[in-house]
Order: sequence, then C-alpha cells, then structure tokens
Amino acid sequence: MTTTMPGSGYPQGEPLPHHLGEVIVEARQVEKYFGRNHVLRGIDLEVRRREAVMLIGRSGSGKTTLLRCLNFLEEPTAGSVAIDGLQVVADPLHERSRRHQEQIRQIRLRAGMLFQEFNLFPHMTALQNCIESPTRVRGIPRDEAVATAERYLDKVGLLEKRDEYPARLSGGQKQRVAIARALCMEPKVLLFDEPTSALDPELIGEVLMVMEELAHEGATMLVVTHEMHFAREAADRVVFMEDGVIVEQGPPDEVLNKPADARTRNFLRRFLEE
Amino acid sequence: MAAITQETPREIVLQVEESQRRARTAFRLKSGLMWVLLIGGLMFVLWYTHNVDMEWIGVWWQFILIGAPITVLLSVVSILIATILAIFGAIGRLSRNAYIYGIASLYVSLVRGTPLIAQILFIYLGLPQVGIILDPIPAGIVALSFNYGAYMTEIFRAGIQAVPRGQREAAEALGMPERLVMRRIVLPQAFRIVIPAIGNDFVAMIKDSALVSVISAQELLWRAQRAGTQTFHTLQAIIIAAGVYWILTIVFSYFQERLERRMARGDR
Repeated sequence: MTTTMPGSGYPQGEPLPHHLGEVIVEARQVEKYFGRNHVLRGIDLEVRRREAVMLIGRSGSGKTTLLRCLNFLEEPTAGSVAIDGLQVVADPLHERSRRHQEQIRQIRLRAGMLFQEFNLFPHMTALQNCIESPTRVRGIPRDEAVATAERYLDKVGLLEKRDEYPARLSGGQKQRVAIARALCMEPKVLLFDEPTSALDPELIGEVLMVMEELAHEGATMLVVTHEMHFAREAADRVVFMEDGVIVEQGPPDEVLNKPADARTRNFLRRFLEE
Repeated sequence: MAAITQETPREIVLQVEESQRRARTAFRLKSGLMWVLLIGGLMFVLWYTHNVDMEWIGVWWQFILIGAPITVLLSVVSILIATILAIFGAIGRLSRNAYIYGIASLYVSLVRGTPLIAQILFIYLGLPQVGIILDPIPAGIVALSFNYGAYMTEIFRAGIQAVPRGQREAAEALGMPERLVMRRIVLPQAFRIVIPAIGNDFVAMIKDSALVSVISAQELLWRAQRAGTQTFHTLQAIIIAAGVYWILTIVFSYFQERLERRMARGDR
C-alpha cells in the first residue's frame, strides 16, 4: 500500500503523507511532439486524492502542454493517461475515431480544467455557465443543477453575480465563476493552466485565495503556476519541469528552498530576481 | 487678452464640448440640405423634361405600391430560409467529412459562379421538367434563398471561425460532445458576429428581389413595368418603383445600422 511508483514524487518504500488517498491522475511515459519539436519527453506523473501539486518551470518547458495532454486537449504522441481508474492510451493515428473520442470525453468528465483566459461563455450568465454542462451532459434536473451551482457560486463568493453576464465581471470574478463552473461537474481533479497569468496584479489575490481554500479542503489539484508564494503556501508537492522532463519534485520546502538540481536553482534564482 | 486667463480649465472643456456639438449639428444640417437640394433639382428636371402625368399616377399608384409589401415579404422569407441554408452550408464547409464538404463546397461554387437571373429562370422553367411546378412567388423565394444562402455560407463560416478557440476547448473540457459544443456554444456566438452582415445582405436582397419580375412574380418592379407599358408611361413607372426601393432600403438600413451598433456594444 505504501510503496510508490515512479512519478509519485515521494521516496520509494517510504510511507506517504497521511492525508493523501489513492492515485487519481496517472500519466505514464507521456510523449508529445509538435511537428519535430519534442515537447514532452517521457513524463511520469501521479496525483493522489486530496493532493495539491504545483507544476513550475520556465515558459516553453512543457508544463502547459503536459496539463493539456492530461485531458487530451492535445493528443499525446505516445504514452497513457489514467484519471480515476479510466485509462486512455494515446492514439494520434486514430485521434478522431468515435471510440477514442468517447474515451476522451469520459476522461474530461473526471477532470475540470481552468484556463488562463477563463473562457466563460459570453452569451450565458454566470449561473447558465455553471448549469450548462451538468444539465445537458450529465442530465441532472435543472433545479438540482441550479442548487449546486448556487452553492459553488457562493463558495467562490459570487452568488450575488449569478445573473450577470461575463462582460460585467472583472477578470478575477470571471476566473472564480470558471472555478465554480468546473466544480459543478463534480470532477475528481482540477487542472489549472496558469489561472492568474491574464489577471491584473490586484485581482490575482482573490483567485489564489479561492484556490488555496480548495486545496486546504482537500480538493485534488494540479496547477501550472508562476506564483511561487502561492505554491509554497498551498502545495503538497512542487514539480519542476525543464525541456519536457521532470527535473525535480518534492515538498515545496525542499524544491523551492533547497533545490537539489542546478537547473532548478538556476530557474528559481532568475525567477526571484524578476 | 486678460479675459482669456479668467477661464478655468473646466470652463474651457465645456466650451470645447459645446463647439463640437454645434459643429456636428451644423454638419448634419448642411449635408441634409444638400440632399434636399439635389433631390429637388432632380425632380424639377424630371418634371419639366417628361411632362409628368399626374392623372396617370392617380390611377396607378395603388397598383404599384401593393408591390412594396410583396417585395418586403419575399425578401424576409428568403433571408430567413437563406440563413438556415447558410448555417448548414457553413457547417458543411468546415466539416471533416469529405463527402459533406464536397456537397457544401459545390453548392457555394455553383451558386456564386452563375448569374442570379439564370438561377431564377432555371428554377421556374427547369423544375417543372421534373414535375415540380412552382408559382412565380414561391419559385422566386426558392431562387433567392438558394442564392443568398451560398453567399451567406461564407459569412457564417467566417463567423464560426471567429469564435475564439478557447470557447470550444472550455466546452470540450466540460465533457460536451462535439455537436453540443457547436449548437450551444459556437453557433450562438457566431450568430452574434454575423447578424450585422445578415442585415446588410437583407438590404441587398430587397433590390435583388426585383429580378424575380422576369418570371412574372407580381412584386414591386413587375407591377411598375406592367402599369407603365400598358399605358406608355414606362419611365415614370420605373422611376416610381426605384423611389420606393430607395425608401425601403433607407428604412431597413437605418434599422440595420442600429442593430450593428447594439451588437458592437454587445455583452462580451
């Protein structure tokens, strides 16, 4: 039970931190090429229930691509991804086949995704954004979906904005509605792709606060971020990537304060200078 | 000179605003005056060179004007059908299915590559050969819808492609199947993008609908010609019809511009 696989991020044979549950996300030997550009080079990564994992690294290191490969917004060139027990093997040759597409859809139902640009549906109110997929994809009755949506909008502190269109919301509010929208699908894991990078500095805090609260409540999260303070506060584990490989990973204290690898030290030094 | 220094910056701002407002009003008045003068002059010339027969107008104006609502109705029905055709056409043009793409691209190419008047004649004269007999007005509606549907297919295609990629990705990430993404997320946004263009096409169609007079659809132009040729007043009749088309397009352009401005403000 306590023995770990490569990619778990914890020393093999040692007991795991007690609050972590079973493996929710399991990426095995994930490779991705864009044309001839080798972006991911055999990534192994696990995320366990109630674990908050922060992916850091300079732009172009492959961290966003990795996140997008996990729910197949990018089809990996090779390897496999399992989320909550459903394994999908990369199949770029038959990417459009009905069977593969349906498998991908099932994976996506298990993983909520947050984007840098929020991507709220502009023609729908906050509430409509939240209930669209639950009612139409999960087939949840409307009043039940509305109740759930109101609960999550309240959680992100925006219940009073339920009938506003996204255009009337600030960037931070948009991202918080997007988080509520993702939560409404009751995913097993939340994937955050630089959720605060498009925000004005004064709006970043409110989004990070919601995310930190989620992490403390035991949500399973994988976050691509440049917010080192946030990573230090909220992460169970920090993963540093460079040139398409995981260079180093471990508890935030270790990776951020006393990195073992020269590449990590180099990145952190430059990053903190900026 | 000392008086200038008395004014506070706030007063200067107000004065500038006031003078700009006055300049805008003056511009509108002057350009409107130009219209009145030119139209008046034109009518004056026509009046003196063509000895306008007021008695004839008194007898025939009703007969001609009944054509206006028919023209509008013809255009409204046709633009609605064309819009539906265009949605399917655009989805076809963007389809990954080669057969569907083939059908859609042939439709666009064929319709855009042949004259509208030939299409009207083909539908009115050709379809009876295969047992489909249409009255002039329905035949005209079919031809106009088919024709505008092809042009609007390209508008819709561009509209669909203008919806940001992230919208599709967000919907897919929420587990929506492809069709649902199209129907609930992409098309509604594409529609908002193309509404001004549809309005523009509608105004153009009001004028193009005159072509269905060739198959004796009794719309505005046909009625004018009929009234004119029977009584040797063709030119007067055509001028009246042209005037009515002009008024119709001015009215609908006005609404279209308002719509466009509202969409531009939008709620994005």
